Amino acid sequence: MEAKIGTRNIKSMIFKGIIVFFAFVITLPLIVVLLYIIKQGITQVNWTFLTHVPAPPGEKGGGIINALTGSFIMVLMASIVAVPVGILAGIYLSENPRTKLAYYSGLCVDILQGVPSIVVGIVVYFWVVKPIGGFSAIAGSIALAIMMLPIIIRSTEQTLKLLPDSLKEAALSLGIPYHRVILKVIIPCGFAGILSGITLSIARIIGETAPLLFTALGNNYFSLKITGQMESLPHVIFTYATSPYDDWHDLAWGASFILLLFVLTLNIVTKLLTRKWKIQL
Amino acid sequence: MENTIVRAENYNAYFGDNHVVKDVNISINKNEVIAVMGPSGCGKTTFLRGINRMHELIPNATAKGKILLEGENVYDMNAIYVRAKIGMVFQRPNPFPNLSIYDNVVAGYLLNGIKVSKADKDVIVERSLTSAALWKEVKDSLHKKGTFLSGGQQQRLCIARAIAMQPELILFDEPTSALDPISTSSVEALFHELKENYTLIIVTHNMQQAARVSDRTAFFYMGELVEFDDTKQMFTAPADQRTQNYITGRFS
Repeated sequence: MEAKIGTRNIKSMIFKGIIVFFAFVITLPLIVVLLYIIKQGITQVNWTFLTHVPAPPGEKGGGIINALTGSFIMVLMASIVAVPVGILAGIYLSENPRTKLAYYSGLCVDILQGVPSIVVGIVVYFWVVKPIGGFSAIAGSIALAIMMLPIIIRSTEQTLKLLPDSLKEAALSLGIPYHRVILKVIIPCGFAGILSGITLSIARIIGETAPLLFTALGNNYFSLKITGQMESLPHVIFTYATSPYDDWHDLAWGASFILLLFVLTLNIVTKLLTRKWKIQL
Repeated sequence: MENTIVRAENYNAYFGDNHVVKDVNISINKNEVIAVMGPSGCGKTTFLRGINRMHELIPNATAKGKILLEGENVYDMNAIYVRAKIGMVFQRPNPFPNLSIYDNVVAGYLLNGIKVSKADKDVIVERSLTSAALWKEVKDSLHKKGTFLSGGQQQRLCIARAIAMQPELILFDEPTSALDPISTSSVEALFHELKENYTLIIVTHNMQQAARVSDRTAFFYMGELVEFDDTKQMFTAPADQRTQNYITGRFS
């Protein structure tokens, strides 16, 4: 018996050792990627880099201002559409989980979430770019909005489903009409969760390249025209990295660094805001 | 009849095909404390929720018959208006977690978008919290979130929230079943004071509580109103065998 307990303890320790080892191992890829991009990218980032358009090949300098503004504009336009639509659809799904509509619309959301981004790009290309007759930032935003929607819908739904029914009953029993119950009680109580869904969906689409290849394409010049081609961060990385020029490769690293910084900041800010605004039920 | 505040006439309630409240006729006077007791699943809570039309919020729930609130059938009135006129306190304390204690009390106005001046709100908050015997405990922390309070304090906050709307009738759905004994006695003590200004209908699982706090008691069994009488009378000499069985603990 004694001896058996001894071997059992050893087995337990080995098992614990293994899980600790793998928990550590999975942090390595992220750390390595981060360090490498920071090392390669940080030296590229300076004022010129952030405020200038790309220089022609062979010339020194040049920057990514066109990609920064382009990404910002397209993500903003996508959010303006996807955030309200996603929240409203999420409210429906959480409020009426047993209806047929909720079942099918939930199914569609799941499928949409699984659609490869390049397919979204092709669809928008055939539906928007071709009929209009040219690449445009609007088409890019549409593709991005489609990518954002399922994340926002599901996170809103999950957040609101966690709120107890008693909360809604409390409000209804005071004679508060349904729409005000949702707007003044349910959404504020689930605000932290809804917000984190939005920021995560932005973090997710800001780096999407495939849907933009077919839609906004890119633009070497500074442009705010949403009906024309527009540059974006992931696209600028793609074109610079696949070019044959060494100084363009450096710019790609710089742009990658900026993109990574943005996604990281967004994730950290989300975590902090969620903690700060989390409502104690 | 002048004195009647609520009267149910042939009131029936259903969940789908399940007939949970059967042909209830009852007449409740102003400033009475009514206890509604009965075993689990006897329809007492469903009946209570029928009075302020909360019953119909559950999918598949339907109701037939009349419930007259001061002579007017609540099923002919706008449900939102009915609910604003009748206060309700639930089994579990449910203050709004996003609002301060102060805002919780005036939630009925605030969330309905009814404009009330700051001075009037101050008066409503102090009066309601005083009536709910909570003012002394929270007057220095009115702007903290209501969820920081203890369970019993939260339940009294919910009572204050109901009182703030100046209802004549307040419904209590097993208001102390989630509370510890000390909080329970503080809520029960409150019933005696509230009686001065309000009519209270209290659904309870707890027979001692019914005996302690109510003027009259209604006994529900299998969806029927079996007996409705003075509390003393009911607990000393019940008219119906089923009531007798229930209060002597032969079934629960």
